[in-house]
Amino acid sequence: MLNKIWVIMILLGILYGGFTGRMEELTAEALNSAQSAVSLCITTSGVLAMWMGLMRIAQNSGLIDKMTGALSPVLTFLFPKLPKEHPARGYIAMNIIANMLGLGWACTPAGLKGMEELRKEAGKKLKPGEELTTASDEMCDFLILNISSLQLVPVNIIAYRSQYGSNNPAEILAPALAATAISTLVAIVFILLRRTFGRTGRREK
Amino acid sequence: MTTVSNFIIPAVIFLIVGFGFTAKDKCYESFLDGAKEGLKITVDILPTMIGLLFGVGILRASGLLELLCRMALPLTGRLGVPGELLPLFGVKLFSSSAALGLLLDIYKEFGADSTIGRIASLVMSSTETLFYTLSVYFLSVKVSKTRYTLAGALLSILAGTVASVMIGNMM
Repeated sequence: MLNKIWVIMILLGILYGGFTGRMEELTAEALNSAQSAVSLCITTSGVLAMWMGLMRIAQNSGLIDKMTGALSPVLTFLFPKLPKEHPARGYIAMNIIANMLGLGWACTPAGLKGMEELRKEAGKKLKPGEELTTASDEMCDFLILNISSLQLVPVNIIAYRSQYGSNNPAEILAPALAATAISTLVAIVFILLRRTFGRTGRREK
Repeated sequence: MTTVSNFIIPAVIFLIVGFGFTAKDKCYESFLDGAKEGLKITVDILPTMIGLLFGVGILRASGLLELLCRMALPLTGRLGVPGELLPLFGVKLFSSSAALGLLLDIYKEFGADSTIGRIASLVMSSTETLFYTLSVYFLSVKVSKTRYTLAGALLSILAGTVASVMIGNMM
């Protein structure tokens, strides 16, 4: 899926750029964007490493277990097939909490660790020597929830608004909460409907 | 409220380190251990970032994105979506950093307190970046068949965007 979209973006972009005579800008932008991706990653790697470090403290000290306990009913509702003691639950809980607090860079490390644990779980159902290439129900549901992202305080956006001369940067707080709640609600309804009516198991697409 | 926002990150850090201290964890060693893994994650994410920013860059520089937005304008205009926001909606599917650039352009041009600025703020905070998240998470576990994930995530983003436009227009 991503393969097709990416190829279409590049090929159509270059064809259209040639047609409208924008080849010079296109060349500059292609080189520039690759470069800026690297500098962006380097500047954010410090923050990412910092959150990963803090997360490791939270994990070793048992804080993650505590939070998982508090979110347990929610996790069981969202992932009923995942065993109660499964390590993925802790990371998913951490991911949801970081998301809610608007700590974008703390979400990714927790989410990736959660995904890794879900992969181990899905790998148990395979025959020996078989590679896992199809996402499990839990992986798909987790990603949809992650992308729908329930964010209580959009910390970054409020900061940018005040930087750009807003009279009341935080006035978007309640409206943003409504918008993010709607997107997450739709995601949860989608997941529940699919679980009830969709075909289960490892369907190929 | 901005002060509350300013307190969130320090409070979270204090909570984590404080809890680690009372639980007698070797906090500093744990931190270094995690930070090391964090740097590895950056290296894993880097190819995805380059691939997506490169693709979006070509799409924008060629003028194709503008063309697509102009084509969608008659339809979305009738639904109360300001045309200036369409590139933001499109770019936000691929890269949050590229979308952030557009958001700040919108703030500069129309002001953060304009209706357009408000809708843009809401859209940016309602959902995550679709293709970036999909690609980073699924590549990290080497899964290529993503089944219904794209459909579900797109539906949720559509709902978040429609809600943002409606709420932003009411504000």
